[in-house]
Amino acid sequence: MGVEGIGARVVRKEDKRFITGKGRYVDDIKLVGMTHAHFIRSPHAHAKVKGIDSSAALKMPGVVAVLTGREIVDDKVGNLICGWAITSKDGSPMKMGAWPAMAPETVRFVGQAVAVVIAESKNLARDAAEAVAVDYEELPAVADVQAAIKSGAPQLHPEAPGNQVYDWVIGDEGATDAAFAKAANVVKLDVTNNRLAPNAMEPRAAIADYDAAEEHFTLYTTSQNPHVARLVLSAFYNIAPEHKLRVIAPDVGGGFGSKIFIYPEEMVALWASKKVGRPVKWTGDRTEAFLTDAHGRDHVTHAEMAFDANNKITGFKVKTYANFGAYMSLFSSSVPTYLYATLLSGQYNIPAIHAEVIGVYTNTTPVDAYRGAGRPEASYLIERLMETAARQLKVDPAELRRTNFITQFPHQTPVIMAYDTGDFNASLDAAMKAIDYAGFAARKAQAKSQGKLRGIGVSCYIEACGIAPSKAVGSLGAGVGLWESAEVRVNPVGTIEILTGSHSHGQGHETTFCQLVADRLGVPISQVSIVHGDTDKVQFGMGTYGSRSAAVGLTAILKAMEKMESKAKKIAAHALEASEADIVIENGEFKVTGTDKAIALPMVALAAYTAHNLPDGMEPGLKESAFYDPTNFTFPAGTYICELEVDPGTGKTSFVDFVAADDFGRLINPMIVEGQVHGGLVQGIGQALLEHAIYDANGQPVTASFMDYAMPRADDVPSFNLSHTTTLCPGNPLGIKGCGEAGAIGASAAVINAITDAIGKNNLEMPATPDRVWRTINAA
Amino acid sequence: MYQTTYHRASSVDEAASLFAKGSESKFLAGGQTLLPVMKQRLASPSDVIDLGKIKELQGVELSGDTLTIKAATIYYDIMTNADVKKAIPAIAYLTSVLGDPAVRYRGTIGGSIANNDPAADFPAALLALGATVKTNKRSISAEDFFQGLFTTALEDGEIITAVSFPVPAKAGYEKMRHPASRFALTGVFVAQTKSGEVRVAATGASQSGVMRVPAIEAALKANWSPSAIDGVSISASGLLADIHGTAEYRANLIKVMAQRAVAAAR
Repeated sequence: MGVEGIGARVVRKEDKRFITGKGRYVDDIKLVGMTHAHFIRSPHAHAKVKGIDSSAALKMPGVVAVLTGREIVDDKVGNLICGWAITSKDGSPMKMGAWPAMAPETVRFVGQAVAVVIAESKNLARDAAEAVAVDYEELPAVADVQAAIKSGAPQLHPEAPGNQVYDWVIGDEGATDAAFAKAANVVKLDVTNNRLAPNAMEPRAAIADYDAAEEHFTLYTTSQNPHVARLVLSAFYNIAPEHKLRVIAPDVGGGFGSKIFIYPEEMVALWASKKVGRPVKWTGDRTEAFLTDAHGRDHVTHAEMAFDANNKITGFKVKTYANFGAYMSLFSSSVPTYLYATLLSGQYNIPAIHAEVIGVYTNTTPVDAYRGAGRPEASYLIERLMETAARQLKVDPAELRRTNFITQFPHQTPVIMAYDTGDFNASLDAAMKAIDYAGFAARKAQAKSQGKLRGIGVSCYIEACGIAPSKAVGSLGAGVGLWESAEVRVNPVGTIEILTGSHSHGQGHETTFCQLVADRLGVPISQVSIVHGDTDKVQFGMGTYGSRSAAVGLTAILKAMEKMESKAKKIAAHALEASEADIVIENGEFKVTGTDKAIALPMVALAAYTAHNLPDGMEPGLKESAFYDPTNFTFPAGTYICELEVDPGTGKTSFVDFVAADDFGRLINPMIVEGQVHGGLVQGIGQALLEHAIYDANGQPVTASFMDYAMPRADDVPSFNLSHTTTLCPGNPLGIKGCGEAGAIGASAAVINAITDAIGKNNLEMPATPDRVWRTINAA
Repeated sequence: MYQTTYHRASSVDEAASLFAKGSESKFLAGGQTLLPVMKQRLASPSDVIDLGKIKELQGVELSGDTLTIKAATIYYDIMTNADVKKAIPAIAYLTSVLGDPAVRYRGTIGGSIANNDPAADFPAALLALGATVKTNKRSISAEDFFQGLFTTALEDGEIITAVSFPVPAKAGYEKMRHPASRFALTGVFVAQTKSGEVRVAATGASQSGVMRVPAIEAALKANWSPSAIDGVSISASGLLADIHGTAEYRANLIKVMAQRAVAAAR
């Protein structure tokens, strides 16, 4: 592997610029003649926009324009789309209301934009925005998913009667009912998966620059997938054809899914820059992030699991209400369906599963993919249910899981997924050993003598990453393919540029992707650079989400590398007068195996570009590209066990230990993988203990700042004890599964299982705030 | 932030006269409340008069049984001050758990009590210790100074110069932190004066701001021990309730934090 190859703990190349303040984020970019946008947003959850009077604002200093929702609709900028078509159980397509970039008539959530002020500075735009008078007629609003489906509830969109977007089912209902009819035991559970606000460190931002002479737009934006942004802006929003629109996503400070989507602000900035003839910049503040970044989760679920007399699961029934907010965001429809219900088999052999998912509109911020996207909801449900079952059936929770583990691979679940490989016993064993599961009872007794309630909680998660293949997702309703592209450019002096359609917004691609090159060619990573995030530089790409960059993006690079190496070997063989089959690549040299004859990579590259002495018929140059479409998802899996204490006086939880035994397949950079797991675990713990995006009954957000929305801080989380039990993914040549979301998927159930174990009561919703835990302890 | 005019005063008198000249003046101490509020455009003072560099407002003095902390002394300087640690270690502890390091390097005792946030830590210390607030015009007892949420006895333009604490026999402070803001969800300061009086004050709990807790005072007067509070019943009526703590939970916290403060009292 070498010191910088696959498996090496290489320090991140990109961190020098990040930690010395030299990162280049959208807000750092200043264009000549740039103006600044400030949005005027609805203070009401549901209202008619009766009029907008901008006459006073237009007279204020530095104001360039005030533009409204009516104008953007009149200019035929397209409504926002949802890119995954879901079909209800009655065969009808999902029912969607229109989502214009700014509301011309009706606002449906607090924070929805109705107009924008363009001014010479950010402050002047803000000053003028206060002088714009918007006349609203308030309408009744509904924020809660169960209130929204009741008859007589306020209605959001005429296209979606009863606020229902779809009623979708998966699995075999007859077989599942039959399993329940014969069950020895049935375990039931109601769970709420709390709504979360993503809170990337960098708020969203955009700069749009229209060149009237070329009729060409450039958009700098905080995107996880600039090519998808360009595609959607061109194909659906009528901004400009693709060759007249360049999208650049420079350094981006975290996304967690929230920066996958194309938002109204980018559309308005592009449209406005053409209208005013000058570049337009918008940088969101934290309040805008809380109000307008797509939220995550927000499910209400009833589930029942059937067991036979040997505690084997025989059937699983799930009914979930998913809150979509006021509009269908770009991939929202797929999250509670194909990214959630297809994972309901968990790590277990379940012969029959039936799930029904009802998607619902409410007067809240739109909900879409957030770290894990559907899989945390599935994993939390299954693992809470397994714990509940163990308590009800009076068996050890780890043993109940072991009894039901899938042990033969490949394994076809009843809900589409075909697990390719895994070893669930290995990760459970590793985690139990790491936390000394056997010694827990003694530790619990010891804690009790000190007035503390100690608990232990297990969570055995499985997830699906690298969503694929394109043909399969297309058949399920996806509007895009889910492959990745890469290009390898060997420069004439032998340095290497890798162009990738993946996008790094904190993941460390600039290091890990170089490690593959170092591994194959034996060159230092300092000779390799990664180019990403610019539609003018990279041919195309599907971006970064769903833990896909290594499994899909890096495999595309590998495919391009193989093509490049094949050509380079031909050039080397020609120069060394050897057979191509005898050429091996070592330490940056092309060698004739078993001899001391060698030619260095720079000389091969130079030969390719001088073209003075190439094999007959060979094209000059050394540059290859590849598109890679996987054959299946990958299936990272593992066991998390959490041990904690609850203070009965305050309900406060303190961690004692947290172990994670993950199977991610091959690790490229274990240090970066550990960082990903740490971050994911913190987000999972955040959901379990702290985070909750709350609305009051009228749709007013209660948690629109960090004073109310509790983000996890360093002292809220324990030191993590990580390990890996590896089965290589057979679906890609590197054996990679993906690691970006696992922590957020598996951690929440481990925490809640541990708290409920500690307090001896099974029903406890997230977030398990001290108040909620204390009230649960003291409930009759 | 709206346009404003910034003044750096070099004396209390200069600050008072600058304040009088502005149409809507505000004093700035550590800026831990005023600046965020201004950034949110929820306050638009015409003039901001910075008290932070006034020498006569800096420092700590221990004289006999009186500990005096000047108004613009930052939390960090309070928590690390040898006289504070010796005379009233509970104040050093309270300051060490107040906010986060950034807040402790900027925030001041005068700013905290002038703002009188219902979840701030210092009002509980002042009330429990029977402190006196000194201003450029008069002396005000803590009892009279705090007058409900964000309301104090300060008159327009009046400047806090110092807080004087009688050194107690014993004092302790414990709080449950608000999970998001890290203010006190409920904090309780207990004190036993040298004359044997017991005073207990809770912050973060009441809809009327910092408050004495007579039931716990009576129990501790009879028996200064955590278990003395076991039988005390605290009513949830009139207590704050929000997404992080119901009124019943805060009522419980008053008891539990009082018990822990007694256990920690020195």
